[in-house]
Amino acid sequence: MSATHQLSPVARLEQKTVVDLIGKGKRVDDRGTLDYRPTTIMLGVVEKANGSAQVYLGKTKVLAGVKIQPGTPFPDTPDEGILTVNAEFVPLASPTFEAGPPDENSIELARVVDRGIRESKAIDLKKLCIEPGKKVFMIFVDVYVLDHDGNLIDAAAMAALGALVNAKMHEFRVEKGEPVYLEEMMPVPMQNYPVSITTAKVDSVTVLDPCLEEEQVMSCRLTVTTGKDDNICAMQKGGLGFLTPDEIKQIVSTSISKAKDLRAKILSNVK
Amino acid sequence: MAPFSTDDRKSPAPSRRELELSKVIREALEPAIMSEYFPRSTIDIFIEVLQADAGTRCAGITAAALALADAGIPMRELVAGCAAGKVDGKVVLDLSDVEDKQGEADLPVALMPKSNVVCLLQMDGSLTEDEFKQALDMATDACRRIYEMQRDALRQKYHVVKDEAEKEEEAEVKA
Repeated sequence: MSATHQLSPVARLEQKTVVDLIGKGKRVDDRGTLDYRPTTIMLGVVEKANGSAQVYLGKTKVLAGVKIQPGTPFPDTPDEGILTVNAEFVPLASPTFEAGPPDENSIELARVVDRGIRESKAIDLKKLCIEPGKKVFMIFVDVYVLDHDGNLIDAAAMAALGALVNAKMHEFRVEKGEPVYLEEMMPVPMQNYPVSITTAKVDSVTVLDPCLEEEQVMSCRLTVTTGKDDNICAMQKGGLGFLTPDEIKQIVSTSISKAKDLRAKILSNVK
Repeated sequence: MAPFSTDDRKSPAPSRRELELSKVIREALEPAIMSEYFPRSTIDIFIEVLQADAGTRCAGITAAALALADAGIPMRELVAGCAAGKVDGKVVLDLSDVEDKQGEADLPVALMPKSNVVCLLQMDGSLTEDEFKQALDMATDACRRIYEMQRDALRQKYHVVKDEAEKEEEAEVKA
């Protein structure tokens, strides 16, 4: 389980081409180093879910669904709803994905997406309390990776945000500690819109939104999640390489400005 | 993590959090190890947290790097870890448990000090870009100080070995 991922033979053959191109400031799919792939977001694709969103990031395809149901709060936050993010890497998405319990990659993905939503206080969890210490609403965000062409974190974060914005729940009033559902629907109380931007380091060049070929040759990646006030709310470095402090600062400021554009795009899609 | 290491008892089975930490710690240490000398072999590193007072992943990395060096495994350099964060609106170094829970942000960093490169970086909470830069500088400075301590600890060990060898030699000469 802890063995470091080995490159497939094809990836090893492509490696030099990808690295050489990036060294010249070009990329395998003709993008500039700071260009994001074309992004499509479709909302409400699964009717049985409270909310859902399907995101295409280039050829990467991720579906997120939201389910909301009552449950018991955590003892340390008795008056707050509960957020749970889970990620499934389905075997049809990539030759390297296998069925079975979540491995560390899918756990990392889920936890990075979770951190972005939680730390930016995207959901007003206090509004999801039914009876303090007894009953609150639990929001389950399940992310399905349907096609893996690199940068799953950004795609998953976008899908999760889209699904949450899209989610509707019954309005309720509380009677004897139990929720009584009303006819009207209400959105999930959102107060922030976190957006993740992942940058990969290939050789000594940093490229935004790595595709699969680039992820296979990158030395490491850095994900920066920012909220609507441009504050950084979550970060995660991944991969075996390293970054200098100056590179990190550079990546952070590019990520903040890119996140702004992307957030505007996501929200315009929603409305 | 030991079941008694936290405020509420923790199940001894590895949680999702620990699985993620294992991954980022492995990715922080592996670049320092000259694994090319160990084809077809595995190096297992086990970190046991006996008492968690925040900063466990940084302490774990600092200790694991030393343990690797102590085991005589060839390394490019040591790895030192330290966290910075924000408490009460102030950027501070090395949060304690209460500061971590009540504070606004936590930024664990691990550094390879000689080449000045960051090999672990995570963040949660809320920081502006300037606060982040300040916190990163504070954490990397602290890592350099911890690195000095790591080096002293390693040297100390060989001082002890050398002293004992000299004593034995003296005893032999006398006999």
